[in-house]
Amino acid sequence: MAERYSSFTPGGTTWLLQRITAAFLVVVLAFHFFLLHFVNHAADVTFASTQARMENVGYFLTMVLFLVAGTFHGVNGVYNALVNQGLKGTQKKVVLAVLTIASVALIAQGTYVALVMAGWT
Amino acid sequence: MSQSYNRGLIEDFGRWKEFSAGMWAWIFHKFTGWMLIGYLFTHIAVLSSAVTGPEAYTNTIQGLESLFIIRVLEVGLLAVAVFHILNGLRLLMVDLGVGLDAQDKSFYASLVLTAIITIASVPTFMDGVTI
Repeated sequence: MAERYSSFTPGGTTWLLQRITAAFLVVVLAFHFFLLHFVNHAADVTFASTQARMENVGYFLTMVLFLVAGTFHGVNGVYNALVNQGLKGTQKKVVLAVLTIASVALIAQGTYVALVMAGWT
Repeated sequence: MSQSYNRGLIEDFGRWKEFSAGMWAWIFHKFTGWMLIGYLFTHIAVLSSAVTGPEAYTNTIQGLESLFIIRVLEVGLLAVAVFHILNGLRLLMVDLGVGLDAQDKSFYASLVLTAIITIASVPTFMDGVTI
């Protein structure tokens, strides 16, 4: 038996961020599913009911943070999966650039949509 | 001192018959992860109908929810998300070095719990829709 299996090593910022966002997403993703499928039925969603939720500042901030954390966690996961598959050199740089642009665009669009939902535009 | 165990290259999917529980957990986690990030982009695209106006948003959501196939896909999304969450908790434990001797059992537990939660949620997800 090994004495230490932990892979917590210093220096890996994105590695640590992947774990921190994971811990946050576990809670908020479960909350999101529960709120919009069990407390409220997805088929009954209207703009008015969405706005009533989104104009609560705490809910709005949670949803924007949810978007940022989800985007980082998902896109960083995809990037690492591709690196594991052997992506390297110029291809690796291009993929990183494309994924970064896609992430920024998704977060910008999602935040704009949340602002529209809250009626703050 | 840590000790490594050479399980061979997991990216070589042709070896799937030789995979152990932990390797299957790794593959399922990647697969569900790809589905979830793909869905996130789709989700924001659908919700963007709010930009057009309140009526467009309500019609888009309710129009999609009236489709049987969308409800089936939502059950699939729930299964994918629940497994990713449960196996993710298992991975956080593995990273912290907790319960390593039971890592294979906790993978099986993730699968069983995912199945139970998904099946139990079917009536709620399929409520009010017909083929």
